[in-house]
Amino acid sequence: MRTLTKLSAASAAPDRAGEEYAGDTKGVDAKRLDKKAAQRHESAIKHVTGQAAYIDDLPAPANALHIAIGLSPLAHGRLERLDLDPVRAMPGVVDVISFHDVPGHTDIGPVFHGDPIFVENEISYAGQCLFAVAADSHDAARRAAKAAIIEIDEQPASLDPVAATEKNDLVRPTHVQQSGDWQQSLSNARHVVSGEQFIGGQEHFYLEGQACLVTPSEDEGVVVHTSNQHPSETQKLVAEVLGIPFHAVTVEVRRMGGGFGGKETQASPWACIAALIARRTQRPARLRLSRGDDMRLTGKRHPFHSRYRLGVDDDGVIQGGDMTLIGDCGYSPDLSEAIVDRAMFHADNAYSLGAARVTGHRARTHTASNTAFRGFGGPQGMMLIEQAMDDIAHRLGEDPLTIRKRNLYRHGRETTHYGQEVEQLDLLHSLIGQLESSSDYWARRAEISAYNARSPIIRRGLALTPVKFGISFTAKHLNQAGALLHVYTDGSVMINHGGTEMGQGLHTKVCQVVARELGLELSCVSISATRTDKVPNTSPTAASSGADLNGQAARDAALKLRERLFAFALETLWPQAGLKLGDLQLKGGMLMAGSGEGKYRIAWGELVQAAYIGRVSLSAQGFYSTPLIHYDREAAKGRPFYYFAYGAAVSEVAVDTLSGEYQVTRVDILHDVGDSLNPAIDIGQIEGGFIQGMGWLTSEELKWNDAGRLLSDGPATYKIPAFGDLPATFNVELLEGHPNSQASIYRSKAVGEPPFMLAISVWSALRNALASLAPDGQCPRLDTPATPERVLMAIAAMQDHGDKGPAGHPREDDAHVQA
Amino acid sequence: MIDFHFNGEPHSLAGLPADISVLELLRLRLGATGTKEGCASGDCGACTVAIGEPDGHGGLRYHNANACILPAHQLKGRHLVTVEGLARGDALHPAQAAMVDCHASQCGFCTPGIVMSLFTLYEASSHESGGQTATLAPYSQARLEAALGGNLCRCTGYRPIRDAAQAMLAYPADQHRPTWTDNQQLSDQVAASHQEDPADDGHYHRPNHLAELFALRRDHPSARLVAGATDLWLERTQQLKELPELIDLCNLAELQVLEEHDQGLHIGAAVTYARLEPVFETHFPAFARLLHRFASSQIRHRATLGGNVANASPIGDGPPVLLALDASLLLESPEGAREMPAQDFFLDYRQTALGAQEVLREIRLPWLTEGRQLKVWKLSKRREDDISAVLGAFSWQLEDGRLRDVRLAFGGMAAIPARARGAETALEGQPPSEAAFAAAKQALDDDFQPLSDVRGSSAYRRLAAANLLERLRLKIVTDTSQGANTPNTPAMEVMLDAYAD
Repeated sequence: MRTLTKLSAASAAPDRAGEEYAGDTKGVDAKRLDKKAAQRHESAIKHVTGQAAYIDDLPAPANALHIAIGLSPLAHGRLERLDLDPVRAMPGVVDVISFHDVPGHTDIGPVFHGDPIFVENEISYAGQCLFAVAADSHDAARRAAKAAIIEIDEQPASLDPVAATEKNDLVRPTHVQQSGDWQQSLSNARHVVSGEQFIGGQEHFYLEGQACLVTPSEDEGVVVHTSNQHPSETQKLVAEVLGIPFHAVTVEVRRMGGGFGGKETQASPWACIAALIARRTQRPARLRLSRGDDMRLTGKRHPFHSRYRLGVDDDGVIQGGDMTLIGDCGYSPDLSEAIVDRAMFHADNAYSLGAARVTGHRARTHTASNTAFRGFGGPQGMMLIEQAMDDIAHRLGEDPLTIRKRNLYRHGRETTHYGQEVEQLDLLHSLIGQLESSSDYWARRAEISAYNARSPIIRRGLALTPVKFGISFTAKHLNQAGALLHVYTDGSVMINHGGTEMGQGLHTKVCQVVARELGLELSCVSISATRTDKVPNTSPTAASSGADLNGQAARDAALKLRERLFAFALETLWPQAGLKLGDLQLKGGMLMAGSGEGKYRIAWGELVQAAYIGRVSLSAQGFYSTPLIHYDREAAKGRPFYYFAYGAAVSEVAVDTLSGEYQVTRVDILHDVGDSLNPAIDIGQIEGGFIQGMGWLTSEELKWNDAGRLLSDGPATYKIPAFGDLPATFNVELLEGHPNSQASIYRSKAVGEPPFMLAISVWSALRNALASLAPDGQCPRLDTPATPERVLMAIAAMQDHGDKGPAGHPREDDAHVQA
Repeated sequence: MIDFHFNGEPHSLAGLPADISVLELLRLRLGATGTKEGCASGDCGACTVAIGEPDGHGGLRYHNANACILPAHQLKGRHLVTVEGLARGDALHPAQAAMVDCHASQCGFCTPGIVMSLFTLYEASSHESGGQTATLAPYSQARLEAALGGNLCRCTGYRPIRDAAQAMLAYPADQHRPTWTDNQQLSDQVAASHQEDPADDGHYHRPNHLAELFALRRDHPSARLVAGATDLWLERTQQLKELPELIDLCNLAELQVLEEHDQGLHIGAAVTYARLEPVFETHFPAFARLLHRFASSQIRHRATLGGNVANASPIGDGPPVLLALDASLLLESPEGAREMPAQDFFLDYRQTALGAQEVLREIRLPWLTEGRQLKVWKLSKRREDDISAVLGAFSWQLEDGRLRDVRLAFGGMAAIPARARGAETALEGQPPSEAAFAAAKQALDDDFQPLSDVRGSSAYRRLAAANLLERLRLKIVTDTSQGANTPNTPAMEVMLDAYAD
């Protein structure tokens, strides 16, 4: 009989020789991580040996088809003619489909309508999907896709979201949040400070592009392997497009080569198209987008145009005011309702706005439909108030950190503009204080000021910016999760849950939760894949919620199973022992109770065997729904977030004022993850999120031509951070001693998105360096991404308009667009 | 027939099309899917593999390369190593083990490529230290950037990868490197197949001498020429063109010369940038430093200076330097050879003086004479592995306080790499004064009418190019006043450390 006692013994041996000398290595222990919790990623060894399979690595039968997409060459117009006969005539082509070949739904909008699977008549962006071609090789399909004859009655493309807003050309209605009398707060204010900004979008640039493999199954169904953050939604859409019940569609996701929000809604169209081809041809169908097609076809982070007008007192403390955010949504709603909402929920960041109005517009433009991306609008919202902090500081001649600290939420000023009370205020203040000290902020400030005074060409800048990020889906119903736990008779444990693995270490964390509850080694617990036939009706792995929701659901399943085993032990194994439920515990691969002579022990594997023979179910379902949250959108009030995650970063930059080039020379981060589930993974999220945020604000520039065609459509022209962009000094610490005040999974906090916004400190530091060139009291406008070009042109604008005040820093009498 | 070794084992493949890449070979024909496609344009590094070549001392030397734009036919006589070939059973290679222990993979998709770049770095270090990697000092930032600048990671932010690179040297190697790493038999076999007469392989031709090349071109007039393939192959992967007939220039003895003559350095057109780097370090250090920001290690090991010149891109980084140095080009056809100044070679956008039958044989760089200076400054959105928005290459000498033989060459400012004649004239014979440079900047405005494109606006290019002249003035002034500073007054910083020349 195989039991886990043996399995444990085997798994306790190092499963790779590297472990035995890990202690000798340099750098590995630099973070002084809790070794027990800092488990490596469940796929780490498979990653480094090439054994981890992604969609395009999956073997498929030799008759599998390869699909390519036909893209619209123009941004706006009416499709007058789509002649696909030349495509059908190309070598290797097996099938070609377009709008009228879809048997079921043709609109695959995730929340609201507006996303046609193929263009019927109206073309809404350059790159929009017109048709699909299936051929016997990837190259043949791509070549064939270029053969279509496309005639379009071209119309002017609307590419300016500000103009679209003024014309009320919106994908969703405008939403307003308001607290107190904002107009009076402005008219009574000692100082009124205003500004505006453009915040560029961001391409996800997941290294694995969109990909799926669909196999026809019995009963008109399909099995979909996809690189996808939202398998349940893909299941729904595939079923609707095919016109079949949901249960005929099974979606499986083992892992993604990166997601970042870009595979939340943007992965489904390809699965739908491949499913159509698979059903029509009865052959397996692969679809993977080339990098260029991926960048042209799929939505990105929303660019924002934002303005603020705030009244402050003599100390620079905000009394109230007005903030307007315009999100460039692209051609359709997609998730833009919730994304602009989240921008509005974060227009305060960590600061009390007083009596404020926050308005969010969702502008329609003829570009790909912008979508979820790490932070989901939160980063764009925070950028506006962080600009305001710097502007206020320069107006009043104070250090920006002083102004930021004075404006932090505090006792007596703890209610947000949407009515949620901010908890853990002491944590926020203490975190900033600790970082201020550990980063040596004030001494460096003095040194930098002295340096700048003597350095005409190179200017340095320093900034500390905080993050307060709300955790929960703002769509309340998404805050639920399920899990399915099986224990097999050898004692090995399989856990499935609704979350997907995109590199963030979710599966590692969930396995850790189950192992902890069942008292097992981590190696005894495994996850096969995320499958819609194992756990149904799941939420997307998004909103940083993966571990919070699925960890709790997995724990619930483990606790149910544990209860059954405990009951079995009391009733069947040790009925005469007089034990109570509270005497039992699962630990170290054993069920144990009592001590000394009254000691009872049974190895996990034997327990499982006995329970099986005793006809105890060894499979359990878990479920979780987040408590406390609610938001009344009519009243624009509520508690949309279960809790807030906090962090702060200090960044230092050096700018070459002749070329606009700059370096981020040092970064210090202190971040709040509550009681960490896995400090190695959490630090990875913080560092990776920060660098990705830095890319968003610095080198990652999306450019379209005047006709709306994306010019930056590959890594040759779209520059994500590279190895050398890693700051030479990069100190990242987890905040200690502050467990989550809410009962989250083991009092941990979500970590996927919040650190992204720590990178705002880099942008603020760049402005700080430029402000050293500006006349007193001014801080130059610096739109993003702050490429060397934008930095240089901001400097030039200051020099050109030195006597008129810097460009982009409107004076108080500037007209303010009323929503 | 291509004879090569793959992860230590001999392979022989026949009947491959001329335009199949190593990545396609691996994933579609050899079933080795560990090597990933991230961009198919040589920009992300997910497809990085290691290529082993005889090092001339009986062993093999490995470099990294992008499999997506590497012609499979160029594997002939090489040892191809992929991520599947590193572990010895369950024992991970130090590069892999360090990546695991440093938590340096998240989604894992870029990881195989990063592992392969670390592998080539490790093997170089192992060679340098006689196998005693643990005795080596930590890598410098510059060395790590050179090794890893061509590998994009979207998840980790690179810190754990940097830690893994430093940590891997401490791992004991003996049992943890693949058996083939010190296998003399493998080295001998690779060396033998490397030296075999590189016969034609279907539609992939490998001439050994120019005469053969000219004959092949006569017989196959539609055949394209290929050396590093780092630009040509983009036609294949991005424009989906077929390249049915190719003539490989890498085996031409005449195009592999790298000779120091009295007048200057003669560089065969098919010499890779990686081969040039140490030579430039000695003779043209400013050019060498440009190479630190020129593409990536993967590209520099394949791309050739000749290709950079002959494809005549207005944003190629090599040509402006050649203009600043008064380089000449040796062109050869069946009718004979001619030498022409590099500045006469570029006619219009992607148009050159190359005749229909001619090939670029050599680039000839005159030595920098005593007192002659060269500065090369590149402006791009990202410091590493990016294409220039503007590149300035400046050469001059200061005689009695006056600028002489001023050469101001730019990339990114016109349809061709070009000298700023007006600005040169404004400076010629003048002292490096503010007034002279103001006149030069004024003249520069008339010299060029740059375009706005994805890399920069016209206004930015104009301003940035003018500011490069200001940087040049400050450099001349601060360099010549060096020593005048008292110890308590640090010299004025003109450039950032990471960009400094």
